[in-house]
Amino acid sequence: MGFLTGLFWLAAVIAGAMAAGWAFRTAVITVSPHGLAKEFRTMPLTAGFGLLMIAIYILVAVFAPAIAPFSETEIVGREYQPWDDVHLLGTDNLGRDMLSRLIYGARNTVGIAFATTALAFTLGSVLGLLAAVVGGWLDQLLSRAVDVLMAIPALIFALLLLTIVGTSVINMILVIAVIDATRVFRLARAVAMNIVVMDYVEAAKLRGEGLWRLITREILPNAMAPLVAEFGLRFCFVFLTISALSFLGLGIQPPTADWGSMVRDNATLISFGDITPLLPAGAIALLTVSVNFVVDWQLHRASGLRE
Amino acid sequence: MSHIWIMIAKRLGLGVVTLFVVSLIIFLGTELLPGDFAQEILGQAATPETVAALRERLGLNDPMHIRYINWATDVLRGDLGVSLANGQSVSDLIGRRLGNTLLLALYAAAIAVPLSLMLGILAALFRNSFFDRFANASALTSISFPEFFVAYILIFFLAGAGGVFPSISNFRTDPSFDEFLYRAFLPALTLTLVVTAHMMRMTRAAIINLLASPYIEMARLKGMSPMRIIVKHALPNALAPIINVIALNLAYLITGVVVVEVVFVYPGLGQLMVDAVSARDMPVVQGIALVFAGAYVLLNLTADVLATLSNPRLVHRR
Repeated sequence: MGFLTGLFWLAAVIAGAMAAGWAFRTAVITVSPHGLAKEFRTMPLTAGFGLLMIAIYILVAVFAPAIAPFSETEIVGREYQPWDDVHLLGTDNLGRDMLSRLIYGARNTVGIAFATTALAFTLGSVLGLLAAVVGGWLDQLLSRAVDVLMAIPALIFALLLLTIVGTSVINMILVIAVIDATRVFRLARAVAMNIVVMDYVEAAKLRGEGLWRLITREILPNAMAPLVAEFGLRFCFVFLTISALSFLGLGIQPPTADWGSMVRDNATLISFGDITPLLPAGAIALLTVSVNFVVDWQLHRASGLRE
Repeated sequence: MSHIWIMIAKRLGLGVVTLFVVSLIIFLGTELLPGDFAQEILGQAATPETVAALRERLGLNDPMHIRYINWATDVLRGDLGVSLANGQSVSDLIGRRLGNTLLLALYAAAIAVPLSLMLGILAALFRNSFFDRFANASALTSISFPEFFVAYILIFFLAGAGGVFPSISNFRTDPSFDEFLYRAFLPALTLTLVVTAHMMRMTRAAIINLLASPYIEMARLKGMSPMRIIVKHALPNALAPIINVIALNLAYLITGVVVVEVVFVYPGLGQLMVDAVSARDMPVVQGIALVFAGAYVLLNLTADVLATLSNPRLVHRR
């Protein structure tokens, strides 16, 4: 019987998500101008749901202080209070309001992950494009260095570097940005390699355009589609790595509210059949799933793939 | 036959070079550690005389390349130094836990590899059906889940109140085989769920790629059953990419083990490493990173060699 009710709830959740995706898609189509609306019409329901979720996460992150009933660090009651009217999701291991910390976590965890991804992306794509355009020894040097760095598993390398520089938020951002930049470099270089051999790039070179103009005006616009999709995927990886490190107690440090460490702090409740500690983990999973759905749609669109 | 061995020897050489560079990076870890290594070891007992004596004893006054050679020969002899935290030999610390971690990874692989191959073949056979779509969607979802989320969901449903399995899999003495299988079941299942989706999707893609080839059409026209076509004709040619994906995921298991071990308090290398990182116990971190990185490089190497050997065009080239 438990299995059947579980199946029922799963089906209900999927149906609800699809309905939300559909409603969101219809709303977006009606409000956006004609050209854009055409793009959105081809959007699958999963991507609609993903976009809706991402929008909600951004809203929650931006307006966190206005939405959250309590502050993220204030101790407002006993430890591990159950769900009630005042503390909708109860309190955590120190007696802080769980819901408020969950809301602030959107700002801290997602914000830090986004900053890290942006840094990794800038570093990786600039070096990758540069290696492809300049070629020669610079390309050899960078590519071999990246090969070696990629021969060490990412999480292990991150742990090694964190031991050297010490655990703090800034250090974690830098370490993960450097490690993930190697993956971005690979892709950016591979994409740019195919563009560099085009005639119009040759023509631009003969016109005497400088390196910077060549990269930003000739190559980047044509490399944009795969790079944007990669940004979404990279964000997921970075987000999961940061959550894992925080979960291990080596990432975002208390008292900052963060989803990874919230799971760790309240994990004992799970063995007693309380699902509260699963909520922050679920929040992480929901965001990565949403981003993946949108990226899947974009990749499908960019490649013109039809199965 | 000889050129294939030359190819493999070249690949092995490349692997050795990679291992060398990796060891260099890990060695540089101590060099980049802020502050003085000797000071760090002595802690409170650091007077200028004791620091100078220890520097002399550890050979810290030698130039860097000499120190690297000394360190590397020590590592090759199995001596990884002593832990800064408790003065125990790092090799002993690792040796005690390495077996546990390998067992857990093997346990997970023993479930995940056959399972994902089977699901991948089935998904290719019934492609575009409901089963295929469901498998694809769950693959996308499971890639997006943090490992600890999967682990805690399993604990919530299979352990704790009314559960069957223990939520904590620490064992002190050597457990019997049955006991181990029982206690390590949840961590192994977590790892399986994390890697199966990817392997399954790639197996499906590798097989479907081949289904458009003329020789498959020939087999179909002969009236062979779809299952037989896939298993007898498509699978052998899809082996190279599948082997690569399996190796990639086994390598992933090695790092995924870290988080899962912490969740289940499993006495393995990952847990030891996390503790050492928070204590900034450099020799221990170095030793474990070396083990993990070495295993990772070796797995990728094996995958490349096996993929080469599984391709008859490369083995019997004229």
